[in-house]
Amino acid sequence: MITFFLNGQEVSEHNIQPDMTVLRYLRTRQSLTGTKEGCGSGDCGACSVLAGEMHNGEWHYRAINSCITFLAQIDGKSLITVEALANGSELHPAQQAMVDKHGSQCGFCTPGIIMSLTALFENTPSDKTFTLHEIYDALSGNLCRCTGYKPIIDAAKSMKSYPGKVKAEIWTPSSTSPSNKGETSNEEGQSWSARTESELKEILAHHPDARIVAGATDLALEVTQMNRRINKLVAINQIDSLKTISEDANYITIGGAASLTDCEKVLEAHFPEFAQLLERFAARQVRNNGTMGGNIANASPIGDAPPVLIALNADIEIAGANGNRWIPLDTFYLDYKKTLLQTGEYIRAIRIPRREACEHLKVYKISKRIEDDISAVLLAIKVKVQGGQITAVRTGFGGMAAIPKAGAAIEAALINQPMTVETFRKAGEKASEDFQPFSDVRATAGYRIQVTQGLLEKAALEILNPESVSRVEQIFTTTLSAKDVVNTYDPQENNNA
Amino acid sequence: MRKLIDVEDNKRMRPAKGKTGESMKHESAAKQVAGTAVYVDDMPELPNTLHVAVGGSQYAHAFIKSMDLSAVEKAPGVVKIITVKDVPGHTDIGPVFPGDPVLVESECEYIGQPIFAIAAETHEQAKAAVGLAQIQYKELEPTLTVDKAMKDQFFVRPTHSHQRGDADKALSDSEHVISADFYVKGQEHFYLEGQISTVVPTEDGGMDVFTSSQHPTEVQKLVAEVLDISINKVNVEVRRMGGGFGGKETQAAPLACIASLLAHHTKRPVKYRMSRGDDMIMTGKRHAFQNDYKVGFNEQGLIQGAVINVAGQCGNSPDLSDAIVDRAMFHSDNAYYLNNATITGYRCKTHTVSATAYRGFGGPQGVITAELMMDDIARHLGEDPLTIRKRNLYGVKHDSMRLEDGSIDPRNETHYGQTVEQEVLPELISQLEESSEYWKRREEIKQFNANSAFLKKGLALTPVKFGISFTVQFLNQAGALVHVYTDGSIQVNHGGTEMGQGLYVKVAQVVANEFQVDLDTIQVTATRTDKVSNTSPTAASSGSDLNGMAARDACLRIKAGMIKYAAELHGTSEDKIRFESNHVVAVKADGEEVWTPFAEFTQNAYMARVPLFSSGHYQTPKIHYDRNTGKGRPFYYFANGASVSEVIVDTLTGEYKVTRVDILQDVGASLNPAIDIGQIEGAYIQGMGWLTTEDLVWSDNGRLLSNGPATYKIPAVGDTPIDFRVKLMEQLPNKEETIYRSKAVGEPPFMLGISAWSALRDAVSSMAEYKFSPPMNAPATPECVLNAVNETRKHIANS
Repeated sequence: MITFFLNGQEVSEHNIQPDMTVLRYLRTRQSLTGTKEGCGSGDCGACSVLAGEMHNGEWHYRAINSCITFLAQIDGKSLITVEALANGSELHPAQQAMVDKHGSQCGFCTPGIIMSLTALFENTPSDKTFTLHEIYDALSGNLCRCTGYKPIIDAAKSMKSYPGKVKAEIWTPSSTSPSNKGETSNEEGQSWSARTESELKEILAHHPDARIVAGATDLALEVTQMNRRINKLVAINQIDSLKTISEDANYITIGGAASLTDCEKVLEAHFPEFAQLLERFAARQVRNNGTMGGNIANASPIGDAPPVLIALNADIEIAGANGNRWIPLDTFYLDYKKTLLQTGEYIRAIRIPRREACEHLKVYKISKRIEDDISAVLLAIKVKVQGGQITAVRTGFGGMAAIPKAGAAIEAALINQPMTVETFRKAGEKASEDFQPFSDVRATAGYRIQVTQGLLEKAALEILNPESVSRVEQIFTTTLSAKDVVNTYDPQENNNA
Repeated sequence: MRKLIDVEDNKRMRPAKGKTGESMKHESAAKQVAGTAVYVDDMPELPNTLHVAVGGSQYAHAFIKSMDLSAVEKAPGVVKIITVKDVPGHTDIGPVFPGDPVLVESECEYIGQPIFAIAAETHEQAKAAVGLAQIQYKELEPTLTVDKAMKDQFFVRPTHSHQRGDADKALSDSEHVISADFYVKGQEHFYLEGQISTVVPTEDGGMDVFTSSQHPTEVQKLVAEVLDISINKVNVEVRRMGGGFGGKETQAAPLACIASLLAHHTKRPVKYRMSRGDDMIMTGKRHAFQNDYKVGFNEQGLIQGAVINVAGQCGNSPDLSDAIVDRAMFHSDNAYYLNNATITGYRCKTHTVSATAYRGFGGPQGVITAELMMDDIARHLGEDPLTIRKRNLYGVKHDSMRLEDGSIDPRNETHYGQTVEQEVLPELISQLEESSEYWKRREEIKQFNANSAFLKKGLALTPVKFGISFTVQFLNQAGALVHVYTDGSIQVNHGGTEMGQGLYVKVAQVVANEFQVDLDTIQVTATRTDKVSNTSPTAASSGSDLNGMAARDACLRIKAGMIKYAAELHGTSEDKIRFESNHVVAVKADGEEVWTPFAEFTQNAYMARVPLFSSGHYQTPKIHYDRNTGKGRPFYYFANGASVSEVIVDTLTGEYKVTRVDILQDVGASLNPAIDIGQIEGAYIQGMGWLTTEDLVWSDNGRLLSNGPATYKIPAVGDTPIDFRVKLMEQLPNKEETIYRSKAVGEPPFMLGISAWSALRDAVSSMAEYKFSPPMNAPATPECVLNAVNETRKHIANS
């Protein structure tokens, strides 16, 4: 049986199809049709709801895509849907601001927008105003086709000026005690919500064919997009030991089921370039559910974390019935969607060596759209520069091959060379030695190679001009002037001029 | 008799609130934010409701050799399977011309074309079962590109031309002649609410249809036809759509037809909701166009003549393509006097899903060709593109440009013979170039670009002149039904549909204005074919023009009876009765004013047996067009606007950002400024999306690869310009007698997004000192922009 709160009321379910999504459950079992299906793939945000987790006696709410969240993942949580926010005609500030700023037209995306704005409102101290950057971040997973977003941004900016929240009781239900393994079943199969690794191992020992789900942000697409059924499902997103984030003298260690959102703080402290990537990695709702371990285990050639982790020389800890082992991530991928992971095994943790002095990390994602898109190319490069020479280099590439991997020829062209644009330009010429990418819906092979070369050049320019604005996604002003940007490819040119 | 009702007395003795011209909120806003606004999929399902999934062709062009549906039949939950043999009535549901089989009999013409449909107990069961069909095909060679269709002269409708003067002679007489070709892709509507219909069989052998459609009357007619029953047995209701944009003008009907067929056979309610993937594969999109121009001009850049070809990729059937390619032709001049012009439109047939209506209806693909031409002329002459645009605007006279009789050419006649009577753009552009500081920013951008290694800024001002009216004349009519109740509350119903554009609140404001009562006393009800019949689609930006006038007509008829009654009651003449401040005011012969609260007045009128409801009708005057000669006045008037976009481009990767946008739009005397501004902002972003990130990609065998939001990227929140300024042109009522002199706003601003595309090209052009116009098709994805950078570098290397 799983138990959770729905708009403040405790609900228990035991007879449930194992791959039942939260959205389907809300609409068909609870007649809560305010939450909409726009795409069924977690790309539009119309299905956004808030999921609360209890930490240190307090509920913390985040927006998630209910269309790609399984009900099994909700065990022990507190769900809030759009219907619960208003108290009769008294609207939540997010709702009232949207009405006053004309933020809805067709209204179909609106409930999802409201939930994202509510998460922003509720998670920000009352005296703080939002920056444009924070507003973009909160709404990065909500598509609107009618308004062009301007009135929605205006609503976000103004909602703090409304009197506080209404209906306080829905936000703070009393906690429940976890039920045994959160097991549900029906004639089609079973699902579990494991609370400890030993529970997980026990379930896997009896059901080695059970699909392990942490965030479900990719796995759920099998159900919602490919009409496949998952008859055995074990959710690991409530296992505390898999969500721990720690650091010691040598490593930053991230639990395999820690959400990408949970990783933000530690990455910001140690690898701000990686933290910055997360903004383009996926939308806020996806980062709230999706995990670093899932992104690795999923083994997609266009997953964004693996190339960066390869460039950072990360290791992963694999756990299973036969005990635990650490392996370097760059040995994990065997072929397209094939890894070292055996049936019944899971990624327990990821550890990243601490950064050394004189090490530069540059991470780039190229996609058609800046927010919530999938990489055409992901390039990560770590270079150590001492006395104007490159003394160490490590790369990781996504979208360039069947697996995420380093570029050996590119690295060879950089090592022990002077830290100049010319060096990186020459290294770029090696791109087609390392990679023979595909042409697909996201980009042609030619573009992937050329953009790799362009990004290597840009990496050099950024290292040599650390104060300059060099990426369009970082521009939040209309007053950018020549003094803010890189003026020339070659500093020598300036001297000669 | 019981007292009719307690009426509010004089509390509303003040000017009515919410009349036209005020920024009232969308009528559903409070419900939408609370999640209580009901869309078709949210309606409580009746017991026994069945769910539909449809099996489509796996080949772009093939004959069906054999079909084995036994596994589908045996799948859990499946109740009924139908093929075309199970259709009692018409099997072709083409909206204007035949070509759209409700279910394919033998020849499949695009991947996803419906072949069979099933009804199952749940949506998931239906989706799972549909994949079990065994269909054998005989593959045929598909036509998948405009190029191939043009080569083979493979068209869905005949080619058509507009001609004014002698373009060929003008070209040979011109000092400068340039030419270019250009390809612009289609666009997925991506309404957030996918296509859906729920139908319930009635006791009369008819069907009640709840659908998300811009054209309930057509749904009604087609459902009747496929079932072989009379139209009066079908009722269609549309309360609201979760977005339409043209995608639910003809594309909603197949769902209603298929659901009705299954309901007819099972005698059960049936819901057909398309998944996003099915919706993107199986329903039509904006037409891709392959266009080219050859233009002659003088040293000042004034156009002497132009030959323009526009070739629309229509997909497998005519659908609305005849009118869509016509509109592309009508708009190939955009805002510019072409003088001598030959414009030819081709309707290419391809084995892809039939392209359909989409905001602008072919207009944008014509307009962008004109704007491409303007940029190219400017760079050819080394002038700023804005200078060239202004010189060529309709109605801008030049002393050197004279007619044969020596008089100055008024330069205000289009290539299809309509005179541009209200010349708005010269003044509008002049205001916008000043408010946006175009020239100051142009200089700053040049400075920036000269001192920036790889980030380049671009700037462009592009205008829009958009013809308002359906070019098919009979569609320019509308009906409405207004009821006044004895508590003074009013219900209004009309043939227009609400898809988010704010039509319902605008029409309600018209009614509030007519009776001078508060907007909150007016209830707009769902569009239903049994309330107002024989309606036109809510399309062509015409919603408030047509339905606002029809509602006004209904109000005037009710008021006429009320006025007659009041005049008799107070012993005064009819011209002494007026509606003011929620009251009916009678001025007696002695000059005394009698103020009766509106509610009390309606009670009294009812008791005196005065009719308090009426229908209303409207037909657009003045319009005519002879398609044989390609001449006439197809448009009642033009809506105008202009935008200035500034972008920044990364020439190492092709990535970019639109940083600032300034818009000035002519909406006449606005019915609701807030709603109009919302339309303009949204249209700009949608137009920008069409030309930037929204990239429809098809495989070599005709399969849509960008078939979901993971691969098809509409603008997200971060794509909103950092600085986005939208203003309405002030004090410029429509010269024509439209509803309170307002102008249509739905489609025209879509084309303002073209300035973003033009600015991207401007940024790349800066690499060659603005002397080279880089070829750049649309959408200008980062890859497409980087290709333009490559072409520019090649040009620099070669010159």
